[in-house]
Amino acid sequence: MVVDKKEARDDDEKVTDLLFGALADPTRRDIFRRAREGRLSVSALAREYPISLAAVQKHVAVLERAELVSKHRVGRESIVRAESDALQRAHTALDRLELEWRGRIERIDRILDDDKGDS
Amino acid sequence: MPVTDVNKDLDALTMTMTAEFDADADRVWELWSDPRQLERWWGPPAAPATFVDHDLSPGSRAAYFMTDPEGKKYHGWWQIEEVEPPRRLRFEDGFADDEGKPREDLPTTVATVTIAETDGTTTMSIESKFGSREGMEQVIEMGMDQGMTEALGQIDALLAADPS
Repeated sequence: MVVDKKEARDDDEKVTDLLFGALADPTRRDIFRRAREGRLSVSALAREYPISLAAVQKHVAVLERAELVSKHRVGRESIVRAESDALQRAHTALDRLELEWRGRIERIDRILDDDKGDS
Repeated sequence: MPVTDVNKDLDALTMTMTAEFDADADRVWELWSDPRQLERWWGPPAAPATFVDHDLSPGSRAAYFMTDPEGKKYHGWWQIEEVEPPRRLRFEDGFADDEGKPREDLPTTVATVTIAETDGTTTMSIESKFGSREGMEQVIEMGMDQGMTEALGQIDALLAADPS
């Protein structure tokens, strides 16, 4: 795999924005801190804060997009778990492979489109 | 968008991407088998690839370099493992030094390409797998820019700053 520096940089910037955006909010920082201390359910979280269940779910979704936590179903409960360092790193590396191949697929698609223009 | 599915396996360290093209399988295979066509898409526009050696037969090695806007060349190689035109290609992809000699100390990925045609539409799936967890870590270190490293390092500081 050859590193495309520009694309990798843009990708890192996106990830950095997501990370900082996710942790810019005190409630989300608190949720993430609790998740690191142990698994916790979304409904238990909702009881902790003076906000609606939907609002808690929104916060969890933001943390999920930043790949800081993941959500799992256990019975009827939705459990939030902090991603381990190793998992976060695997996410980052696999995201980079995804970006690299998305670029290639787009270029292939354009070449195949050009074929049609010629015929 | 031709990409129809992306799947990542965090344990197996694989990224699998599926794409659909409005072309037949032979045409899609040509994009791999003809080095001049391969050069049009393997490298990004800012660093196009040039294939110096390109023999798609099991056991052979392909060699290429990518040239960035400043003229710096990044060398790479493929070790061809399986070839089944126009359906399947499997190769290891790694870095090389300035003379094109493979660098054993740098990480590799293995790509498995599967091509299947149904009624004139071709589905291509690529599974890209890190050779090892250490290799994956190296890729992160090599590509990660300052901002990202700092962001990850600041998570603990951010959390510690809150009154508990």
